[in-house]
Amino acid sequence: MAKSNKPIVWSLFAGGGMLSAFVTPVLIFITGLAVPLGLMSLDSLSYDRMLVLAQNPIAKIVLFAVIFLPLWHAAHRLLTTLHDLGLPKGRIAMTLCYGAAALGSIAAAVVLLRI
Amino acid sequence: MTEPTLQVEILRYRPETDQDPAFQTYTVPYRDDWVVLDALNHIKDNIDRTLSYRWSCHMAVCGSCGMMINGEPKLSCHAFLRDYYPNKIRVEPLNNFPIERDLVTVTDDFMEKLESVKPYVIPKQERAVDEGPHLQTPAQLNTFKQYTMCINCLLCYAACPQYGLTPDFVGPAALALAHRYNLDTRDAGREQRQEIAASNEGVWDCTFVGECSQVCPKSVDPAAAIQQTKIASTIDWYKALLNPWGKR
Amino acid sequence: MSRKPYLRKMPKSWWLAQRRYTSYMAREMSCVFIGAYSVLIVLGLYRLSQGRAEYGAFLDALQSPPSLVFHAAALVFALIHTVSWFSLAPKAMPLQIGEKKLSGGPVVLAHYAVWVVVSAGVLLVARI
Repeated sequence: MAKSNKPIVWSLFAGGGMLSAFVTPVLIFITGLAVPLGLMSLDSLSYDRMLVLAQNPIAKIVLFAVIFLPLWHAAHRLLTTLHDLGLPKGRIAMTLCYGAAALGSIAAAVVLLRI
Repeated sequence: MTEPTLQVEILRYRPETDQDPAFQTYTVPYRDDWVVLDALNHIKDNIDRTLSYRWSCHMAVCGSCGMMINGEPKLSCHAFLRDYYPNKIRVEPLNNFPIERDLVTVTDDFMEKLESVKPYVIPKQERAVDEGPHLQTPAQLNTFKQYTMCINCLLCYAACPQYGLTPDFVGPAALALAHRYNLDTRDAGREQRQEIAASNEGVWDCTFVGECSQVCPKSVDPAAAIQQTKIASTIDWYKALLNPWGKR
Repeated sequence: MSRKPYLRKMPKSWWLAQRRYTSYMAREMSCVFIGAYSVLIVLGLYRLSQGRAEYGAFLDALQSPPSLVFHAAALVFALIHTVSWFSLAPKAMPLQIGEKKLSGGPVVLAHYAVWVVVSAGVLLVARI
């Protein structure tokens, strides 16, 4: 049997799964619920504060990791889930899922570098 | 006083006459120390001699009486009527395997996969008899002992949706046994087994549903074995990438 | 006698057939929200890069009812992901001291402990 290259995507899946298990709930809570509902001050996400954060080189790397890894985690899991739901395994589904993750990662990198 | 009874609905398939399998209901006496296998034996001995099913030991050792009982893969010698009484019990052949006849399934696919992972000790060098036994400490034994408990009952294959969706998937029991020998200190055959275990049809078809471990009557935990194999195979892959000239 | 093995087809709705399969599917579906949230962060950063007014519009959009509903659902699924991820972690890391195999409990607890610390840390930084 052919040697598998699955370890590339699987390691991204596992790394992204681990990272998002730890940080995604609290991030969703802050940005999507606590601040918009006024449980936390709007200053937390203010323009000046976020700009300083996004211009810091170390924060750029952290932000990129927090976007990139969960994105690949999600893409890989979506691919297997589509198969679970009855879609045949094939190049089309694979290209769409991994392609979307690649595009998202590039967009994240470009945006972060330009801030 | 009338004896309490219980209805058992069995999926029948007689290849010489039936186009499709169909359920047939039997009424059996209810005893609180009976298991589903006892009910089947009662039917075979007293009601319908044509009913076919596999069994041997009646004590969860031989692994031949696995069936779907109310939709869950179970050993029929391990499923007590009292856990279902007074409700009807539905008995079907194991999911994901072709039906040979009634509750008997075709298991050739698993047998081939089991053989393909070389589930036996492959020593680095053959040991002569006068060299004595190959010693192993209890601590070394315990790293893999749980995986030796597999009785090839195939409940894990019946529980695994990935095997149902992708019949080429090597599957839980075979991969757990590959892992068992890889962990054995007397063994040097991991590289040979990885040909199968680390292929696309090996551990990579698993999505960690975890049902294999849930239904295992021997607590083998194939899901853990597969997960550990994924991690080890991923480390191998990156090692090979960083050191393309090193030995594979 | 000739053989005629019968293969039953697996129904497409197999994941509804049993409760444990359904919770597996809920766990897998968390990826839709986790992926969408990553895209949302990229969008937020893009609006940030455009300027104060554009970023302000993004913050306003976060307060809209559809956004709140999405984030509430996303939080539920993110928590399903976290809990299921932690509960499966011991399978990947078997622990043995000497002859004794350790149970997975401490590994799971350690994950929760780290999670609490990380979440508290992020909350603290966000408030400062």
